[in-house]
Amino acid sequence: MIDWFTWLQLAVAVPGGLLCIIVGLVGRKPTDLTMGATALVEVLLIVQLAAAVIAPLAGNAATGSLLEFYTYLVSAILLPVAAGFWALVERSRWSTVILGVTCLSVAVMLYRMNQIWNVQGS
Amino acid sequence: MNDSEVHEPAAKPRVSGIGRLLIAVYGVLALAATGRSFVQIASEFTDAPLAYSLSALAAVVYIIATIALIKRSVLWYKIAWITISFELLGVLVVGTLSLLEPALFQHKTVWSVFGQGYGFVPLVLPLLGMWWLSRHPISAAVAPRTGRKGSE
Repeated sequence: MIDWFTWLQLAVAVPGGLLCIIVGLVGRKPTDLTMGATALVEVLLIVQLAAAVIAPLAGNAATGSLLEFYTYLVSAILLPVAAGFWALVERSRWSTVILGVTCLSVAVMLYRMNQIWNVQGS
Repeated sequence: MNDSEVHEPAAKPRVSGIGRLLIAVYGVLALAATGRSFVQIASEFTDAPLAYSLSALAAVVYIIATIALIKRSVLWYKIAWITISFELLGVLVVGTLSLLEPALFQHKTVWSVFGQGYGFVPLVLPLLGMWWLSRHPISAAVAPRTGRKGSE
C-alpha cells in the first residue's frame, strides 16, 4: 500500500462516514451527497485493489500476511456495495446512518490493511 | 408484563429504525469475524487450534445472530436470544480468561480482552441486541403471518 493513498482514502472514508451518520441521525434519507461519498470510498477501494496487485511488481511488497490483507480488502470492497443496495431499497434515515457505519468500518479495515502491508506481522 | 407488546398490535413485517442499524453492525462484525477466522485457520491453525476454533465458532454465531435479527418469527426470535446470549457469555468468559490466563490466548481472537481488537464492539453489541430484543418481542400472538408456522 502507498502511504499517501491510504491517507487519502481515510480522509474520504472517515469524514464521509461521520457525515453520513450525522446526516442520517438528523433524519435525512440517502442523498446524492451521502451515496456519493460512499461510492467514492468504493471507487478508491477498487483503485486500492489494483494498486495492491501492481505494487509488488514496482518493489513495494507487503511485509505481513497477504492472505489477511486481501481478506480485509475483499471484505471492505463488499461493504459499501451492500450498504448502497440497502440504501437504494430502503430510503430512510437509518439507511443513511448505515452508509456512515459502513464507511467508518472501511476506514478501520484500511488502517489494518496498512499495518499489515507496512508494519511487520499483525 | 412487557407493555411494548401492547404497542405493536400489528407486527411490522420488517424491522424498523435502530433494529436495522443493529442488523447492519452485526453484519459487519460477522463479516469481520468470519474473515479473521478464515485467515487464522487457513494460515496458522496449528499455532493455536483452541483459540482459532473459538474464533470460527464466534463467527458462525455472529452470522446466525445477524440472520435471526433479520427474520422476525417466533423461532428466529428465540434463536436471536440464544446466539446473542452466547456471544455475551463468550466475550465475558474469554475476555476474563485472556486476562487471567494469557498463556491460553496468546493468539488474538475476536473475544480476547473483551473484544478490544474490535473496539469493544463484541462486548457492547450483544448488550444492545438484548435491549432491542426485549423491546421488540415476538410471541405467537404478534408474529407476522407469513403463511408458515414460526415455531414448533
